[in-house]
Amino acid sequence: MSALVITRRRLIASAGGFALVGGGLAHATPQTMAAAIREVVGEAPVRPGRVALEIPPIAENGNAVALNVTVQSPMTATDHVRAIHVFSEKNPLPNVARFQLGPRSGRALVQTRIRLADSQTLIAIAAMSDGSFWSGSASIVVTLGACGDST
Amino acid sequence: MSARIAVPARARRGEVILIRTLLSHPMESGFRNDAAGRAIPRDIVHSFVCTYNGEEVFRAEFFPAIAANPFLAFTTVATESGELVLSWTDDRETHRETARITVT
Repeated sequence: MSALVITRRRLIASAGGFALVGGGLAHATPQTMAAAIREVVGEAPVRPGRVALEIPPIAENGNAVALNVTVQSPMTATDHVRAIHVFSEKNPLPNVARFQLGPRSGRALVQTRIRLADSQTLIAIAAMSDGSFWSGSASIVVTLGACGDST
Repeated sequence: MSARIAVPARARRGEVILIRTLLSHPMESGFRNDAAGRAIPRDIVHSFVCTYNGEEVFRAEFFPAIAANPFLAFTTVATESGELVLSWTDDRETHRETARITVT
């Protein structure tokens, strides 16, 4: 794997995670997340930095957790963020979202709400107009995971 | 589907504006089971597009990890007066919302 470094930005309490899982449910693993990342970046190096992935350090309920991603970039025609990809290491699927931006965005900023199956680390990778890739990550403790049964 | 959007009605030319959207949609992940233990089929919005006077300025691809009633906020540069069209697409339909903006 290339120069991808996961940095823990927040103190992680040792509360552990509690995940409700539907019968026979497979989850993403660090390997499937790495494969999903490789589909985006190929063999190019991913440098940690410029990308700020913000989520609360603790979520009582994993069904709707606020996610903010910003990337340092002038967002000019010659220097901008082309796309932001968000990945999960513990959800059933490693891909969370992909956002396509450009010089008309003005700023590299996206906000959404996501589901989290368990306490985990999320990674955001920014694809720049010059072909480079940058990443940021954050960890979250989830008390009650999503992906539970309907009752 | 129905949506609520917040787009500034006016802006100065060149100003970066924040667009906030909230869609009503169950975003059924496909990973839940019903009371009888059968898998509830996936039903999610997979694409969102914003155009500004016909030109695409933002696009998002959603996976099942996006929470129900998806919230999405993003920015765009207020270049000229006109119309922003926001559209969400799931497996059945596309829902569109339009907002007018006056740029001075």
